Amino acid sequence: MSKLQLLTKGILKENPTFVLMLGMCPTLGTTTSAINGMGMGVATMFVLIMSNIVISLVKNLIPGKVRIPAFIVIIASFVTVVQLCMEAYLPSLYNTLGVFIPLIVVNCIILGRAEAFASKNGVWASALDGVGIGLGFTLSLTLLGAVREILGSCSVFGYKFINADGILIFVLAPGAFLALGYLLVLFNKFTAKLK
Amino acid sequence: MKSSLRNMVMVLLLISLVASSAVGVVYQLTKEPIEQAKSNKVNQAIAEVLPPFTDLSEGKDIDCEGEIVKMYTAKSGSEISGYAVETFSKNGFGGMIKLMVGYMPDGTINKIAVVSHNETPGLGDKIEKSKSDFALQFEGKHPDTFRLAVKKDGGDVDAITASTISSRAFIDAVKRASQILTENK
Amino acid sequence: MEYLFIIISAIFVNNIVLSQFLGICPFLGVSNKVETSLGMGGAVTFVMAISSLVVYLIQYYILEPLHIEYMQTIVFILVIAALVQMVEIILKKLSPSLYQALGIFLPLITTNCAVLGVAILLVQKQYNLLESVVFATATAIGFTVALVLFAGLRERLALANVPAAMKGIPVALITAGILAMAFMGFSGLV
Repeated sequence: MSKLQLLTKGILKENPTFVLMLGMCPTLGTTTSAINGMGMGVATMFVLIMSNIVISLVKNLIPGKVRIPAFIVIIASFVTVVQLCMEAYLPSLYNTLGVFIPLIVVNCIILGRAEAFASKNGVWASALDGVGIGLGFTLSLTLLGAVREILGSCSVFGYKFINADGILIFVLAPGAFLALGYLLVLFNKFTAKLK
Repeated sequence: MKSSLRNMVMVLLLISLVASSAVGVVYQLTKEPIEQAKSNKVNQAIAEVLPPFTDLSEGKDIDCEGEIVKMYTAKSGSEISGYAVETFSKNGFGGMIKLMVGYMPDGTINKIAVVSHNETPGLGDKIEKSKSDFALQFEGKHPDTFRLAVKKDGGDVDAITASTISSRAFIDAVKRASQILTENK
Repeated sequence: MEYLFIIISAIFVNNIVLSQFLGICPFLGVSNKVETSLGMGGAVTFVMAISSLVVYLIQYYILEPLHIEYMQTIVFILVIAALVQMVEIILKKLSPSLYQALGIFLPLITTNCAVLGVAILLVQKQYNLLESVVFATATAIGFTVALVLFAGLRERLALANVPAAMKGIPVALITAGILAMAFMGFSGLV
């Protein structure tokens, strides 16, 4: 696979949200607005890139049987680093994302990439893989957040384009399921046409 | 690499050691900015809720239902110009709500600022001043004459539509602040 | 009264799947049949109750006295992973029939974010020991309720004629959205 392919596969072909259906909890839980979705996406991307790099570096030193616990420790450390930095420099985003930041640890995307890619490939390829998949995840979350924000509170990235209240249900829990469900329908239609 | 008990234990121990010391370093580095960010928020809230003043006292620690809250006295010269009381309620829809309530010297509520909350966006988060006028109705009211309860419960407060729980919790916190003020003034 | 409030709020009002968005993967993954979702719910309840107890003790007797609360995430996930392994081994020895029923779901639980989520939430909400265990058990029951209801719906859905682009996950998500709307009705309870 070429470098360019590694970088772009996450956006359409192996999009973690729309194709692989991984990391559903933060996808639904944090996308009440475009900016929240993007914040979550970037935080996950950082952990994904760093853990991919470290795991591809130390993969030959880890005995096969303790592979998974070792990966989890590495991932959890980076999550804690993100958590501390966010609390220090982006306190309001930290408050909105709340419990979903420590939960990046159990996001299946990260352990999945560690197991399927980083533990078999070199440092460069793993880093690019992290960027690609992370980018796909961030884009999906931002898109879902933007859709919910537009419908639910008539604004995009905090900018209100109509002075109205919006359809509240899209900001609340049911709206998350509905918005993602219908976005998936559109995505399926779109990719079916491409084929 | 082949797994043997020895190398498994060694590797896991080594990884945990490196990881925890790395996290420890980051913790030390971010400790100060985190406290800074927290106190910034509190200081902003204090400045927002108090009437004009020149000197601010150090926060006085008050034990309230197992939580330590702080009460600040503001002075202009030697005259007291107001009080700011930190308060909370655990009954919010999303758990803890923290407020800063500012008082005039006679105990009239000056302004109220939300320090932190976890209420539902679009519903309960209307306790924030930027989202609705809910918090404004308390301004200039005295807790002795203004009945602190939603109208449904026989009080004088207009609840946020569809967010009675958040409104009640907000009032609960304001009540607590008024109690702290009368006990410690 | 306090406990009743915690229980009702955890099962219905703040249902972990339908309003907190934790544990979505098993919710979408193993909810094709009522029977399997009951098994999954049972396994999760079992693990959550035990893990809440262990996590409580670790938080207040190890992490806080040593002032290393920032290690919470790392320690909790390792404890939960180890606990799940242990439960699996013990069940296999003590009660093969229960192991038969729950066994295949146990390895899946480590990556169920509901378990870690509840552990973090009960520390955040500053519950005491009994409240923690009650909260965790009630949350797990809420998880089971949502899972079983959803499985019942999906069993019917499998027979329905659904447009091609909506087949599978999309229609499941939309159904879940409608179910979440129904659960919102409970918010008047407390």
